[in-house]
Amino acid sequence: MEMQETTTTRVNALIDPSLHIWHYEVPVYLFLGGLVAGLMVIAGLWMLRDPDSPRSRALQFLPWAAPVLISVGMLFLWLDLENPFNAFRFYFTFELTSPMSWGSWILLGVYPASILLAWASTPADTRDRWLARLARVPGLGRLDTWVSGHVPALAGLNVALGVALGVYTGVLLGTMAARPLWNSAILGPLFLVSGLSTGAAFMMLYRLDRREKEMLSRVDMGLISVELLLLALWMIGLAAGGAASRAGLHTIMGGPYTAAFWTLVVALGLLTPLIGEWIEHKHSAVPARLTAALVLIGGLALRWIIVYAGQHSGWVSDLASR
Amino acid sequence: MKRRQFIRVGSYGAAGAAVAGGLTTDWYGRYANPIADPGTDGDRVVPSFCELCFWKCGILAHVKDGRVTKIKGNPKDPLSNGHLCPRGAGGTGLLYDPDRLQKPMVRRDKRGSQVFEEVSWDDALGVVAENFERIKAEHGAGALALFSHGYGGSWMKHLFKAYGSPNIAAPSYAQCRGPREVGFDLTFGSGVGSPENTDIRNARCLVLIGSHLGENMHNTQVQDFADAIRNGADIITVDPRHSVAASKSRWWLPIKPGTDTALLLAWMNVIIGEGLYDRDYIEQYAYGFEQLSEHVKAFTPEWAYPRTGIEPDVIRRTARAMGAARPATLVHPGRHVTWYGDDTQRSRAIAILNALLGSWGRKGGFFVPSQISIPPYEYPGYLPHDDQAADRPAASDFPLADQVLAQGVCDATIPGVVGDSRIKAWMVYGSNLPTTLPDPENTYKAIQELDFLVTVDVLPAEIVGWSDVVLPEATYLERCDELYAPWWREPYVAVRQEVVPPMYDSKPGWWIARELGSRIGLPEFFPWKDSEEYAKTRLEAAGLDCDVMREDGVIVGKPGPLYFEEGALPDFYTDSGKIELYSPKLAALGFDPMPTYDHSALEEPPEGYYRLLFGRAPVHTFGRTTNNRLLSEVYRENEVWVNRDVARRWGLEDGERVYLQNQDGKRSSFSAPLKVTGRIRPDAVYVVHGYGRRAPKLRFVHGKGIDDNELITRYKVDPIMGGTGMNVNFVTFLRAADVADSGPVAEEEVA
Amino acid sequence: MSAVSYGMIVDTRTCVACAACVIACKTENDVAEGFSRDWIFTATSGSFPNLEMEIRSERCNHCEDAPCVAVCPTGASHYGPGGTVQVTESKCTGCKACIAACPYDARFIDPRTGAIDKCTFCVHRVENGTPTTACQEVCPTKSIYFGDLNDPESEVSRLLRTRQAYALLPDAGTRPKHFFLK
Repeated sequence: MEMQETTTTRVNALIDPSLHIWHYEVPVYLFLGGLVAGLMVIAGLWMLRDPDSPRSRALQFLPWAAPVLISVGMLFLWLDLENPFNAFRFYFTFELTSPMSWGSWILLGVYPASILLAWASTPADTRDRWLARLARVPGLGRLDTWVSGHVPALAGLNVALGVALGVYTGVLLGTMAARPLWNSAILGPLFLVSGLSTGAAFMMLYRLDRREKEMLSRVDMGLISVELLLLALWMIGLAAGGAASRAGLHTIMGGPYTAAFWTLVVALGLLTPLIGEWIEHKHSAVPARLTAALVLIGGLALRWIIVYAGQHSGWVSDLASR
Repeated sequence: MKRRQFIRVGSYGAAGAAVAGGLTTDWYGRYANPIADPGTDGDRVVPSFCELCFWKCGILAHVKDGRVTKIKGNPKDPLSNGHLCPRGAGGTGLLYDPDRLQKPMVRRDKRGSQVFEEVSWDDALGVVAENFERIKAEHGAGALALFSHGYGGSWMKHLFKAYGSPNIAAPSYAQCRGPREVGFDLTFGSGVGSPENTDIRNARCLVLIGSHLGENMHNTQVQDFADAIRNGADIITVDPRHSVAASKSRWWLPIKPGTDTALLLAWMNVIIGEGLYDRDYIEQYAYGFEQLSEHVKAFTPEWAYPRTGIEPDVIRRTARAMGAARPATLVHPGRHVTWYGDDTQRSRAIAILNALLGSWGRKGGFFVPSQISIPPYEYPGYLPHDDQAADRPAASDFPLADQVLAQGVCDATIPGVVGDSRIKAWMVYGSNLPTTLPDPENTYKAIQELDFLVTVDVLPAEIVGWSDVVLPEATYLERCDELYAPWWREPYVAVRQEVVPPMYDSKPGWWIARELGSRIGLPEFFPWKDSEEYAKTRLEAAGLDCDVMREDGVIVGKPGPLYFEEGALPDFYTDSGKIELYSPKLAALGFDPMPTYDHSALEEPPEGYYRLLFGRAPVHTFGRTTNNRLLSEVYRENEVWVNRDVARRWGLEDGERVYLQNQDGKRSSFSAPLKVTGRIRPDAVYVVHGYGRRAPKLRFVHGKGIDDNELITRYKVDPIMGGTGMNVNFVTFLRAADVADSGPVAEEEVA
Repeated sequence: MSAVSYGMIVDTRTCVACAACVIACKTENDVAEGFSRDWIFTATSGSFPNLEMEIRSERCNHCEDAPCVAVCPTGASHYGPGGTVQVTESKCTGCKACIAACPYDARFIDPRTGAIDKCTFCVHRVENGTPTTACQEVCPTKSIYFGDLNDPESEVSRLLRTRQAYALLPDAGTRPKHFFLK
């Protein structure tokens, strides 16, 4: 009977017997980063398209979640580094071919953009109170004036940076030919859409007006639908790719991550909230927090499984390469 | 836009462009990338020769800030030629092994309890001297025995010879190479020695019988093996296992274990029958061709097929390939050949086959070696003694053994085994007898019968834990040893010199021997100040430059003619002065004058049992290096090779842990993972020797893998020279899960 | 093309899987305990007794189009002398993107520094008067060749012209400079 036996003497930690270099820190960051991207895009668009209509107080303060959550996300990212005290090296250079380099600069830009937008979104009375308390800080008053006069530009900047933030992590993973499960151009848009969806879901957790919640819910339904389509296209692309791509797909279609993917991501994290939101919409019910929570769980699960399963996927047997 | 605004915007812009430019150009070349240097080159480089195995390759040891960083091959050395096997490259793993013996120790509880007290050298040597002198006075020097393995043992051998004991045994003889030395000596008048005079690099056909070159890492032989491959040599490997050598071979003959002699006889049948032998050579140099031709007529390939499992067609084709390449056809004599108890006769068959092909003394066969002769140190004469070595029951046993039989010495320690117990004390140098001599329970029994046991070693192997006195020797990198001047293709002398001073309280062997010698009345046999003075005296007597020696590590002489065609003298030191295809010497002693094969003597394994075979991993020298953490990064624990179909029948998985139990019910102390593979016959299993260690102080390798030697409870003794055939045990599998259920095997259990 | 381009060849016909290259590299380059920059790979195929075994000594392939260099955010992973792929330890943050990007799994994190480690083609020797790598120097079967692929007279160039050779995962598109002779 034909047999093939391979041996290797290599037992490098984190590499053998199969790659496991990135653990929970990376999916957690991807989730938070995507969520913040969603917040920035939705808040920015909302401000651009509907600047004047009344808003709930929760909605007005929500944009402050962006800089807070991105900081938490970056903390996890920093914890993943093996040489964390060298992190400043990210900012000594800009590497054109490295999505991670783009990301480090995007993250740098996210701070001022999201903080200024959050400032612009904050109700005037709160802003005045804060200004009074921070009267000693020079230039703050001038900044406030400037912000008030440039809200559309700020909103546009937030949308742009949010899109960049949401898409670059997918591009980072998607351009790695070495990990066939990730190697797809769809991963960028997929992560962006998923991020927008989790951003909307995050906002729905708060005490927004019924009108606001319904709008977010309708947006989210659309996003989830697109996300399901993108997932399908991603998987079709892998199935129709070469042997390596097919082997990569196998990790979630028969392989070790199959159950987790189909239950946590697809069933629980996408289909259930989609159906839930549709039912709510049909019966004009208030969108429940549970639905939003499921979307968030699904978003984290999507990234978690993709990160872990992708490391599991590699190029097929070396013997076949002759 | 106002001018001030313009300047402000402009300068921001310029600054931004400068920063952007810097970010994308490594800051205009100033943020450069240096070449990282690991800094392992030594501030001193000392030539010496290796002791991780017994080949003695020349090395260059790099020392930086007092620490050996790396070991390279010495390009001037004719054995290493500047290349090393992995063991030599990993010598620092021995030097810095945290489990090394550090101080002399004296036993404080019963033997085997491993309770020792660290003492001074003076005290330890005092105990040894006292016991030696007492035993010599009561029973004579013949009651003391030395077991030795390793180049540093020369000092102890000298000590024992001076003391008057004939019992100087090296397990490398009757437990390893002995049968082939005797087999070749009977045929050609000399053995093949070590390093073997095999001209592998020029062979056009290389036949390996159970030799696993490539996993057996005798450096020069493997270098030559690669040359032979590059030269397009036909390689024929006869092995029940698909070794690395088999994978490089044109033919792999997966022979039934124990039937090699049948194959060799069938080859002789074809080579003589089809006229493929070197006629001129045989006519000129050989005696007994007519007898041999007649003798092998019956051993046809068809006769051999049911016995060996090798098809007649394959036997003929391989014989023809061997014949076609003559005289550059080398049937390799092997190395460890103590397999089935008929090993001298099998080695004879190999020698005879080589003779038929005309390869002895010919290019591509066996070259004629030369040696630089260095005058021995002028000592007073050793005391003459009438005692024979106490290694065999009757003086007429094993008549052709020309070295002391280690197993016999061990047995002579147990009362009643060899008449009156004669051996009362052992000194064991660098030889871990419980994993070396077959039937280790017998070895432990002998140890218990001893009045006194002293070991000289580097690591706390099993034998050390059972000693009365333990003397820690410095490693090869920390000492000078005897000059090395082997018989080789080119004559040369190599020196082993101290690379770094001895660590802990360890001492070099020459010092131990001298200090002991001075305490047992032998100071005149150790007149030199240190071994360097000893070496210098001898080198100067040979007219060799000591400074060159120290600097280069070797002095190479002019090679003589290597082959008969080049003028080497075709001298055969047999009684007849010719190559003896038919051996009158064997006939006179009542043995078969030409090898035969008795298939009925070959035992079949019981149902569910498989023949236990063992061998080497390239990164290890059996138990000598399995505690070496650096080398073990490549091979940590041995595995049990089992045939795929056999595993399937048992329902066993690759990687599953098993214990092995042999035909006598002896179970391995520890388990090992299975290697389920198509690379071995269904009737055999295979492990790398040197694992399954019970010595608790070998903390790294203790309990890892299976010790095949534990399962070698039976062995067959070669009647011609006493070699202990060890491939005669059969094992079955016990799943680790099942064994765990029945309780753990006690580690301190002793026979 | 006068720029030097270092490449390596391993002759699988003569490589015996002894792993001297692994040990020599470890001691020459002070590689962290438990890690190896190069390794032995074997693949046995066929059915008993018609078996064949391929033996290779593998390491970083120093690709001409190295994804690990493209993906590095700090420029720590870069092209060094002779087009070899090197890592500047002081610039490495240990983000491990390069490990994920390498289809050969040739890189790893050195636990002592948190930075990336891998085969360097011994440039510290090669650019300093000893034109052999440590693995090449030790190899008892002389199976490892190293030299300038851009020099048509170099041994590596000659071997690629005269022997059947292959590289690993050629479809990964990395243009590796490590070849194996059949």
